[in-house]
Amino acid sequence: MSDTSFRDWLTADAPASRAQARAAAWYAGWLKLRGNTLAMVGLVVLIALILLALFAPLLATQDPFVQDLGARLKAPGWEGHLFGTDSLGRDIWSRLVYGARISLYIVALVALVAPLLGLIIGTVAGYMGGIIDVALMRFTDIFLAFPRLILALAFVAALGAGIENAVLAISLTAWPPYARIARAETLTIRNSDFIHAIKLQGAGPLRIITRHVWPLCISSLVIRVTLDMAGIILTAAGLGFLGLGAQPPSPEWGAMVSEGRKYILDYWWVATIPGLAIFTISLAFNLLGDGLRDVLDPKEAGK
Amino acid sequence: MLTVAVTLLGLLFVTFMIGRVMPIDPVLAVIGERATQAQYDEVFLELGLDKPLITQFAIYVNDVLHGDFGTSIRTGKLVSEDIGRVFPATLELATLGTLIGVFLGVPLGVLAAVYRGRWIDQVARFVGLIGYSMPIFWLGLMGLLIFYGILGWVAGPGRLGVFYQGLVPERSGLLLLDSLLAGDWTVFKDAFSHIILPASLLGYYSLAYISRMTRSFMLEQLNSEYITTARVKGLSEWTVIWRHAFRNIRIQLITVIALAYANLLEGSVLTEIIFAWPGIGQYITTSLLSNDMNSVLGGTVVIGTIFVALNIFSDLLYRFFDPRAK
Repeated sequence: MSDTSFRDWLTADAPASRAQARAAAWYAGWLKLRGNTLAMVGLVVLIALILLALFAPLLATQDPFVQDLGARLKAPGWEGHLFGTDSLGRDIWSRLVYGARISLYIVALVALVAPLLGLIIGTVAGYMGGIIDVALMRFTDIFLAFPRLILALAFVAALGAGIENAVLAISLTAWPPYARIARAETLTIRNSDFIHAIKLQGAGPLRIITRHVWPLCISSLVIRVTLDMAGIILTAAGLGFLGLGAQPPSPEWGAMVSEGRKYILDYWWVATIPGLAIFTISLAFNLLGDGLRDVLDPKEAGK
Repeated sequence: MLTVAVTLLGLLFVTFMIGRVMPIDPVLAVIGERATQAQYDEVFLELGLDKPLITQFAIYVNDVLHGDFGTSIRTGKLVSEDIGRVFPATLELATLGTLIGVFLGVPLGVLAAVYRGRWIDQVARFVGLIGYSMPIFWLGLMGLLIFYGILGWVAGPGRLGVFYQGLVPERSGLLLLDSLLAGDWTVFKDAFSHIILPASLLGYYSLAYISRMTRSFMLEQLNSEYITTARVKGLSEWTVIWRHAFRNIRIQLITVIALAYANLLEGSVLTEIIFAWPGIGQYITTSLLSNDMNSVLGGTVVIGTIFVALNIFSDLLYRFFDPRAK
């Protein structure tokens, strides 16, 4: 199929199939997103980050774990060390590249676990109603009333430090908003005709929730997740900084800032560069998230 | 009132459960690893670990209600005493931060709404975006590097220089207030020079939030018909903006400011670490690193309670000031 005819197919006034209509909607959204320069900048940065993580072994100039005490705390540019070396003589650029993998891993995991948890709790509460609804929502409110970082700290304290536990702790503090959204969506769906029709066909609650309610909740959850990504990155980096996330010698960015903290006044780059990396990524997520919200949820746009 | 009680009870339940699932043996934490089995059993009974979980929870709730969070293993003092000692430092920092955020954020938000799409709006947007994306611990380090290390404008980490420690009598625990009450200007200046940088950084974060919310509240008002009427009547822009539109967002703003304040109490955890600020955030994290669970959970309960209390407080204010809610 040539390029122009493919575009004609995408922009057709009367789509011939469901697939074409869906593709056309995606294409229209993409055009709108492409018009938003800042969102595109965010997207490019994030794609660069993914590539960085994928090709880390090729892009890293040194082994991120090899120490060279003779070459510790060298300034950026020193003998091929693009960003200099840290207090153990490890190449900061290489550690940064490998650290991108950890950041992506944490974000991806939290972005899967927290919305899923919220989806289950929210849809069950919304669909079942009555005492179950009241109990689950009260439970949600309790978590919502808790300060997030402090709660994550307490969870990590109980579970022990480490990446997986940090992910779990962040997820356990991040699900309540998703549960609220999922419940609100479920309440509007619950009494629709198609649900009654499915019920008459003999479908049980489990089938209705998983096969018919969930798919309709997904899109509003996705918007919320993209907007939350930056917050997840910052919380994860904060836990890493406190020594409660990834453990040394792992090149997690928050932990790298924490290592460089001791030398901040004399060797500024050790803490500055990984911090800049965290900032860039969370800025990119924020820019992209704002752009996506404008596309997917026009009524919230510009707020 | 009932929902408040349920929320607080739930909060205690969560901290209680966290205390239960931790992999550290609470008995060993008290007696150390070399104790005999007899000593172990004694402490085991003393801590009430032989009782059913629900009884333990009831005892825990009762203790907390009486202000008893147990003894800190790290400092050897009562957790409640420890918290009472460190809390004023956090309170002082968060209050100053919120004040900075309110006094800069509200006007910025109003201006951004009035001059929508113009340069001041872009500035407000930029400030907000940076605030939402910057890791606070890193911004703190950069602040120290630039304003303390390079420019030397402010004092370094800590709350007060060594020379000034213990010079003024402690009344409120808030150093700025105490030194003013004692009329000691040198101490006040030193304390101010220590607090201004961390407070400004925290203030920046609440500024980002407050200005964004103010802008969206103001836009809502400025687009309504009564504003057009006021303009048509020939009122001055100043009157329209401040006497009409701004008046109507005051209640909403109170809610936002209460929330920003609560967030700063929490946000101060990382800032306190950077600036070696002897507040509750630093207390919780150092306790955490030495497996001192009583202190961690005590601190969590205190901050959580304040968080809930501020939320309820803003809710009550809302109902009090908004005639429609009655």
